[in-house]
Order: sequence, then C-alpha cells, then structure tokens
Amino acid sequence: MELADLTAHELLELISKKELSPQEVVKSCIDRLERYESKIKAYLFIRNPEEVINSVKEDAPYSAIPIAIKDNILVKGLPNTCASKILANFIAPYNATVIERLNKRSFNIMGKTNLDEFAMGSSTENSAFGPTRNPWDIERVPGGSSGGSAASVAIGSAIWALGSDTGGSIRQPASFCGVVGLKPTYGTVSRYGLVAFASSLDQIGPITKDVTDCALLYSFINGYDPNDSTSLNIKPYIYSPLKGDIKGIKIGLIRELLGEGVDPLVKRCMEDVVKTFEDLGAVVEEVSLPHISYSVPTYYILAPAEASSNLARFDGVRYGFRASGKTAEEMMSNTRGEGFGPEVKRRIMLGTYVLSAGYYEAFYLKALKFRNLIASDFRKVFERFDVLISPTSPILPFKLGEKVENPLEMYLADICTIPINLAGLPAISIPCGFVDNLPVGLQIIGPVFSEAKLFEVAYGFEQATPFHKKRPQLGGITNGV
Amino acid sequence: MEYEVNIGIEIHAELLTKSKVFCSCPVQFGAPPNTLTCPVCLGLPGALPVLNKKAVEYAILTALALNCKINRNAIFHRKNYFYPDLPKNYQISQYDTPIGIQGYLEIETSNGRKRIRIRRVHLEEDTGKLIHSGGRITGSDMSFVDFNRSGVPLLEIVSEPDISSPEEAKEYLINVRDILIFLGVCDGKMEEGSMRCEANVSIRKKGSDKLGTKTELKNINSFRAVERALQYEIERQVELVSRGKEVIQETRHWDEKNEKTVSMRSKEEAHDYRYFPEPDLVPLEIDDAWIENLRSQIPELPEEKYERYKNLGLTPYEAKLLAHDLELSIFFDRAIKLYNNPRNIANWLLVDVTKELKDRNKAITQTLLTPEIMAELLLLIDEGKISGRIAKDILPELIDKGVSPKKIIEEKNLIQITDTSALLSIIDQVLKENAGVVEEYKRGKEKSFMYLVGQVMKLTKGKANPKLVNELLKKALG
Repeated sequence: MELADLTAHELLELISKKELSPQEVVKSCIDRLERYESKIKAYLFIRNPEEVINSVKEDAPYSAIPIAIKDNILVKGLPNTCASKILANFIAPYNATVIERLNKRSFNIMGKTNLDEFAMGSSTENSAFGPTRNPWDIERVPGGSSGGSAASVAIGSAIWALGSDTGGSIRQPASFCGVVGLKPTYGTVSRYGLVAFASSLDQIGPITKDVTDCALLYSFINGYDPNDSTSLNIKPYIYSPLKGDIKGIKIGLIRELLGEGVDPLVKRCMEDVVKTFEDLGAVVEEVSLPHISYSVPTYYILAPAEASSNLARFDGVRYGFRASGKTAEEMMSNTRGEGFGPEVKRRIMLGTYVLSAGYYEAFYLKALKFRNLIASDFRKVFERFDVLISPTSPILPFKLGEKVENPLEMYLADICTIPINLAGLPAISIPCGFVDNLPVGLQIIGPVFSEAKLFEVAYGFEQATPFHKKRPQLGGITNGV
Repeated sequence: MEYEVNIGIEIHAELLTKSKVFCSCPVQFGAPPNTLTCPVCLGLPGALPVLNKKAVEYAILTALALNCKINRNAIFHRKNYFYPDLPKNYQISQYDTPIGIQGYLEIETSNGRKRIRIRRVHLEEDTGKLIHSGGRITGSDMSFVDFNRSGVPLLEIVSEPDISSPEEAKEYLINVRDILIFLGVCDGKMEEGSMRCEANVSIRKKGSDKLGTKTELKNINSFRAVERALQYEIERQVELVSRGKEVIQETRHWDEKNEKTVSMRSKEEAHDYRYFPEPDLVPLEIDDAWIENLRSQIPELPEEKYERYKNLGLTPYEAKLLAHDLELSIFFDRAIKLYNNPRNIANWLLVDVTKELKDRNKAITQTLLTPEIMAELLLLIDEGKISGRIAKDILPELIDKGVSPKKIIEEKNLIQITDTSALLSIIDQVLKENAGVVEEYKRGKEKSFMYLVGQVMKLTKGKANPKLVNELLKKALG
C-alpha cells in the first residue's frame, strides 16, 4: 500500500495526526501519474506537478488530497475540451459552481479527465483524443463517459474525482473500475458550468474509493445555486460519520434488471449481494417496475433531443474550433462537420429528427409520457421499500473496440442506470465482487433526496465486504502493453 | 371586383428592465460592442439562464393592459435555428403557453370604433447584432457580432388578422406603442429599433369567408413605413389577383429607398424551429395574487384619459392629442389641480407650449416649465395683470429658465395698465398726434380705429389692457 492507495478520509486523518506531511500525498499521486498515465490515459490535461505540490497549504487539509475533474466541468483558466475536436483549444473563462465550492476548501486539482465526446458514450472510446484504459485490465474499457475520472481514482493518480452522469456516466465507469460513484438526486448539485449534454438528466457527482469519501465529497458540492434554475432550494446534505446499520430495512431487487442480457457471472454476484444484505438483517424482496424496460428507447429520444439543441452553440462563431467557409453558413456547417465525432453526430441527428415537425408528437411527446410512467413506477415501489438494488451494469468491462461497431448493443448495456436519470433519483454504485479479477458494481437506488440513506446502506454493505479494499494490480500494466 | 384586406401585426418591444432577461448584464444602448456580456448571454458552454422577474412582470402588465387572459402556467420553449447573431443557436421563447392570450385593443377608424383581437403576448430574448464590413451583407467580406443586445428582454405581441387598412394598422401600432410607453415597459422608438414590427397581409374577394394567401412584410422601421409598405403590398396583391395570378406565400422585405416590397424567401425554405420545452428553466407559475397586484399597478391608459378629458370639456381632438402624450398629459393633470380651466390649459399646452417644445426638440419634462408656473401664468391673464400677448412673449423664458411669471413681469415692468386716468392721458396724446386719422375714422373708415388702438398699445409697450383701451377710445371718439 502506498499513500495513493488510501482514501481521502484515511489520508486526512493521518495528516491531522501529523503522521504525514500534506505534500506526500500529492507526490504519491504524481508518482502514479508518472508510472502509469502513459498506459491508462485518464487525463486530457494535467497541471504542472510542481504547481500541484505548491498548491498544498498547511491550513487547508483538502489541498493535500488531489482531485481529478471530468473535462466537461469548467475550471477557470484550464482547458475544457469535452474530449471534442470542436473545443480542442477552449480555455474555460469561468468556474463551474461545483468548482467554486471546492475552491472554498482549497481543493487541489490534478487535471481534467478523459470522457466520451460531450459525455456521449459508455466506454470513453468516443474521445477525440483517444480512449482511456481500465486499470484492472488495460485491454478493456474503463466504462464511460466519466472513464477518465474513474480510472484516475482506481489507479491513484487522484484520490477522488468529479464526473457527470446523464444515463449512467458516473456509476457505470465506477463499476467497471471498482470504485464508488454517486449520481445525486436531480437538482441537488448545480449544473452551472457543466457543459450540457441533456439538461433534464445531467448531474455532477463524486467518484471515490469508498462510501465515506463519496458522502464527504457530495456534502461539499451539493446545495442550492441561484445560477441554476433547476437547482432545488432545500436543506443540503451535511456529512456526518456513517454507521451502516441496515437492520430491518426493506430492499427491493429489481426483477427486470436481472433478466435477459445480464451476464450470468454478474447475476451470481447479485445473489451474493442479497445474501450479504440478509445476513446484515435487511429484508430483500424481488420487485417489478413494469415500465422500466422502456427506459432505453425513452432515453434515446429525450437525451439526443436535448443534446441536438444544447450542442447547437458549437458553431465556430465565438469560440473553439473554426473551419473555413465562403459564407457564415458554410463556415458553421464545416466547423460542425469537422469538429464533431461520429457518435455526437449520430445523436444530434437522432435528436433533430425526433423534434422535427410531424415527429415531435410521435417521438418526443410519447417519450415524455413514458418518462412519467417510469418515474411513477419508482414512486409506487418506494412506498414499500427503503431502497432498490440492481447490478450497475449488466455486463463486465468489455474489450476496447468490441462494441464500437454496434452502438445499439452499447446503448442497451445502459439499461440499469438510465431509468434512474429519467426518474431524477439518486443512485450509488459500489464494488460488490470480482469476476476474473474484473470488478462488478452494485447499484443502490433511493427515492429523491435520500442520499443520506443511500450512504448508510452502501456503507453497511461495504463494511461487511472486502471489495473496496482491493486495488488494481498495477505491476501487470507494464507487461500488458 | 372589390377586395377586402386582412392584416395581422407582430410587434417586438424591447423591455426597459435594468438587466437582461436571463442574466444580470445591464440593458443599455450605445455601449462599446461586446462590453455588456457574460457567459450566459454569450452562450458559453455550461452557462444557464435565470429568469428576470421584472421582465415577467412587464409582460404580465402589458398582457393585462391589452385585455389578455394570463396563463397561470407559462412555459418557455427553445426555438432552434442557426444564425451567427444567436449565440446558443436557439432562442429562449414561448410557444404554446405564452404569458398572455386572447386579448384585444379598440382603435378609432373612419367607420367608428373597432376591436382588434390580440392572439398572444409572450416573452423572449433578443439576439445580438451583426455588423457587416461595408455596411451591407451582400459583397461584404467580413462580419462582426455585437452581443450587447443578446438577451435583452423582448415582448412579442401578435394580433389576429383583424386590421383592414394601412391606416388602421398605423392606428393600432400607435395605440400599442402608447400603452407600452404609459406602462413604462418600453420606450416605443421604432426608428431606434426598440419597437419593431412585422405585418402579414392578404386580400380576398369581398364576402369571402376564407382568408387569402398571406405575405409577411419585414424591415418596417417607422410608422410612416408601416402605412406605405402595406399600401404597396395591397396594391401589388390586388394587381396580381385581378390579372388572374396567385399570391405566393413568402416573406417580403420593405425597400424603403425604392418604396416597394421585395421577395426575401419563399415558405418552402421555411424553418422548422423544432420547439421543445426549455429544460434549463422551470415552468413559470403565475398566481392570482401576483396578477391582481400587477393589475393594481396599471396606470391610467390613453383610452381612459381620452374619455376623462372629453368629460372635462376638451374637444375630442384636444382630448386625443393630450391623452396619447404621456408627459403632456401628466403635466396637464397636475396643472388642472392648480388652475381650474382645463380647456384653457389644454389650449396653451397644445398650441403655444407645443410650438416652443418643437423648436427646442424637447419633451416638456426636459424643460424647466412646471404646472405651477403654467397655472400662475394663466391666473395672471385671468386677473387682467398681463395680456395674452405678454404671456406669450414671456413663455420662452419660463420654459428655459423656470422662473416665476410674476417675478418676470415685475422685474420687466410688464404689469398691464388698467389705470383709466393713465390710459386716458395716453389716448388724449394719440388723438392729438393723429388728428388726420381721427378725421378718417369719423368719416366712417373703421380700420382707422384699429390703427389708433395700435398706437396706444405702442406707447404703453403692449401693457395696456386691450379691452379697456377699446372702451375708452370709443368714448373719446364719441
């Protein structure tokens, strides 16, 4: 174990006991970067190591714990590419609200992490600057779209990270990389300064090594922001040490998310999960959410519809990449043609189509109705259950290139995470087992604003199992490539 | 063949809020390009809109003044189209749930009063402004964008095609403009672009119940242009139809210089704006208490003022002129509380004061003339202390210096001579010096009397009470 393998709360404790000098953590993370980043490629931009070390302040403990930020969250003065050629030269001129909040505690940013272009994808292969690799097996994808953030935490080049989640983009890479990821309740974390993919679904959330770190980081970023009209003016979550007592709680196991298309090895992990929960005194029952199977088609109408409009601003007129053209229209058209990658174009076209005259009612409005039905399924079930569980991903981390030619198959693999965004609910993914040394993630879902309860349930499971202690066999990497 | 004309008018009014509709940048004209911008109104990645409450209130106020129903749950939509002056390449606007619907406005026409129905009043954001090198888009090799205007709140007011002539269209526009000005929500300056107008026109055979094919007219930048553009377009359509040809549905540009409308683009190339609910904003909930509170803030509007002024004894012409001029009417209303002869004040304001204001190209509030000064001046005339002539002579000084008329006439010794003995001695002198004229008068030459009056006035430097001079002179001439 090196310092980079520890969690933030462990490191903070060591620092407060003066058993550790604050710079040492940063140095340990930089050491990881130097050793493995060329293989993993978690980052699109890394701050000058000296600058990161110099940013450590004695009176600001969080400055000692490097954080990685997904490259679609604006940090003033740093590049913000969204892993797209169209923003290749874009430097953020202002801070996202979450960054302002972290700055108040002098958080120390290691760099900006790789993602699927504009957060569209589940493998980080759709990055214009090359894929990120999974620290557990560099032949495999780290998941996505927050693959860079998850990989950086797994390998220890950052102690924790921020990602964004529109249909699973925090939870699925957390699952693939064997770390913890939270998709908060919609409206609890400000989206101001997050480059929008699908505004009604996007949420920023933490990616960490364990549940305690996750709760801590969430407590720093959540809360009302007047700059985001969809941010909710409610009492924010405040961290207090977790107990993990889950005796007597009622857990629903979602039947539809354990059916066809789920890897049998993942299913077996879920059987162990149920047993663990029962041993801890929880009551687990199977439950059905009838409309959940419509989640993927619903999502792939609504998310591209919003994206087609959100991404319209990238036109070469004011910032970012600009292609040439004889007229303004030709310039804009060429800029977008050359600047966007194939997956982004596919979704813009999908979205434009479903919003077009004559198709709006048939697609967009119908999808909105299904979104309501899915949300109402969850509301009903939460009358009987405290939390619901499912695998985070129906499949194990797959090999690079394996699904590139088949986007539909890739879309379908998001079945477990997408319904949660559609319903605006919070869900956490935590490690719940390993298959052939590849991590498997458990998703725990709660009603709106139940983050505190999610942390307790997740913590209870985590403390009863060894999975969160496991780290990737970093030595193997050099042999891999 | 007789034709009937149907005109619908779409007005865009820039609201006079302090800040823009979705960010806190100031609304201000004439600032250096791109100095009034922020991530939100520049459409930077990650920026989000926050609705300006004041802009909503202005929209509700206007909708109420135009007799609209208010949508309790108004939703903003995105209107998607690409244009370099539109930073997000979508405009936040309203679609099927605008703030106001089903209103109306009554106007005076040559056939009496007429109700023009208003379809909708909605709130949206303005675009930036393109500036082409060389001044024109054609042949220009470079264009610049100024985003100072981007995000300025715009109110869109759409009428039904109830307007039947260019004159009615102008009357409707003037009425809407005056309401906006009286509400204080827009300065209504068409020439400066703070109020813009588009019109759709169609003609049909008299008695037909189906509307004809319409054309949309753009680039109408003044009240005069509205009338002329519509007149031209109606004549063009009548000419087409009477030759058995069809009107094509299209957008036409008013070419002010050549005084004609020119085809811009046909509807086949029309945009599909792909409206959908703006996910970055929450629905706008407008409750009854809010509406009633705003309703109570609506000031007296031109229509009501007009009726009240007529009841005060003003002629319809005077009443209308005053009622539609916010500043004059406020002045008038204050003055009649100090001096109880409304017709007299109206007359002075509309003739003499208006002339002086025109000479100075100023509004009454930009001068030092106050209702108090005005009332004092008119009282001095009524009391016989000065003549109307003197009052007119000192008016420019009152307007420019804001001094008390009493003081001026005292200082300049302009108080009217009403002392009979003083006047008699002057008359005596005039009669002696003009014995020949007196002779002429006595032989029946009436004009000579006026000459003698003039001589008396000349000697008194205009201060003599003209009525008294008349009387005394007649007596003296026996």
